[in-house]
Amino acid sequence: MKFKNTHKDFQVTDESVYRQRRQLLKAGLIGAGSLLAPSAMALTLPAHKRNDKFSIEKTTLEKDVTTYNNFYEFGLGKDDPAENAKNFNTDDWSIEVSGHCNKTGTFDLEKLIKNFTIEERIYRMRCVEAWSMVIPWLGFKLADLIKYLEPTSNAKYVYFETLYDPKQMPGQNGRAIPWPYREGLRMDEAMNELTLMAVGLFGKNMPNQNGAPIRLVTPWKYGFKGIKSIKKIAFVDKQPVNSWQAIAPNEYGFYANVNPEVDHPRWSQATERRITGEFSFFRNRIDTQIYNGYAEYVASMYQGMDLRKNF
Amino acid sequence: MKDFLMRKLFWLKAVLFVLCLLPLAIIVWDGFQNNLTADPIEEILHRTGIWALRLLLLTLLMTPLKVMTKLAVFIRLRRMLGLFTFFYATLHLTTYLWLDIQFNWSQFFEDIIKRPYITVGMAAWLLMLPMAITSNKRMVRRLGKSWKRLHRVIYLVILLACLHFIWLVKSDLNEPLIYTVIGLSLLFFRLFNYSYGKKPRNP
Repeated sequence: MKFKNTHKDFQVTDESVYRQRRQLLKAGLIGAGSLLAPSAMALTLPAHKRNDKFSIEKTTLEKDVTTYNNFYEFGLGKDDPAENAKNFNTDDWSIEVSGHCNKTGTFDLEKLIKNFTIEERIYRMRCVEAWSMVIPWLGFKLADLIKYLEPTSNAKYVYFETLYDPKQMPGQNGRAIPWPYREGLRMDEAMNELTLMAVGLFGKNMPNQNGAPIRLVTPWKYGFKGIKSIKKIAFVDKQPVNSWQAIAPNEYGFYANVNPEVDHPRWSQATERRITGEFSFFRNRIDTQIYNGYAEYVASMYQGMDLRKNF
Repeated sequence: MKDFLMRKLFWLKAVLFVLCLLPLAIIVWDGFQNNLTADPIEEILHRTGIWALRLLLLTLLMTPLKVMTKLAVFIRLRRMLGLFTFFYATLHLTTYLWLDIQFNWSQFFEDIIKRPYITVGMAAWLLMLPMAITSNKRMVRRLGKSWKRLHRVIYLVILLACLHFIWLVKSDLNEPLIYTVIGLSLLFFRLFNYSYGKKPRNP
């Protein structure tokens, strides 16, 4: 027994097809962002190429990536963000930078991203709830932004905050999380070549429900580390307390590195359900890889650390 | 009214039977429509589980309704509701065992031992099993007084089911707590209702 697939095969983007499409984009036949209608004021993304250095798997269907989200600012259900973030206004977005760095102040996002190379990277995304996707992000290296902001030697950690605006974000009227959402990275993690500031996916601007206009992507960590709709960045000398750690310190840590050996106290992390967009009754579960399969890039940062203690 | 309902009992039961099958029909329909979110297995798990819980609360509501309305017809519907509770709980367990973990028995036993929410969920299902088996008329007669004792285990099952729900959510306790409050109210009704269990003097 198998459910009927209502989508055609070509909607599950094969890498080769996808590549051809990117070639077309590069050739300028289609301007980036032209596929995006809703907001005329969306961030203008400069031309971008795919970075093929990272492992490439069949991506999850775009429909699933953009309708199955955890973004509690817009509701607790997985389908809430797509519904409730429709009118989220991200025009003229700016980011406040503070703390131990030479360039503090408020930066206009449109102008800021002109300083960096935007590229496409296909990363695995593993949620702490034990499901996963494969997503083609558009973004620039956080390392480039950090170099640009010139942190001082006192900057040991980078701290992030999501926008706080209960009028626009109905979920912030509830008390699921002490708002605004907060996250942080150790400086070496932030400078790691994998760490991305994402401004889009599937070759288009970032959909509101996925964290428009700019979000963090750390593919070797659980999804909740990828803070969305970033409004504040601060260079700090102490390890910040991230939101999930504040809610349940015995269940969610600061590092949140994907690790099949270290279970969540209430469920196993050894396997995950890979969401592809093609449903069948079989082979839905795959083994979870240490650091989500990115050990070669990140394992050295955690050498000598007890991963059970520093979960 | 009383007599009318009893005369129409067959039809009442037939309607209830169809209503109880609706949640399953909707799951199957949505499955064929590709309408079970991006993570269909999670969705099927959640829907079968929540309907098992809702039907369990409905089953436990029959006695208070009978006491309040003096209409015995509610008790006549109780068995079907109880069996449908077990039916959805079994679908829920099967979804987990088959669709989710693909009959990986070592993981199944590890889950039962290591994960409190699965431990209590499994316990709830196991405790319902003897009740489902002894639900027919012959068993009721054969067990006599001990049938009642055996079926009082349902009070423990509702507590385990609520606990199962509370322990599996990430941070949003609202939904499981609503069900828990309803479940506890149904139990408290039995504790504080003096006429419960006694035969009314003027029938």
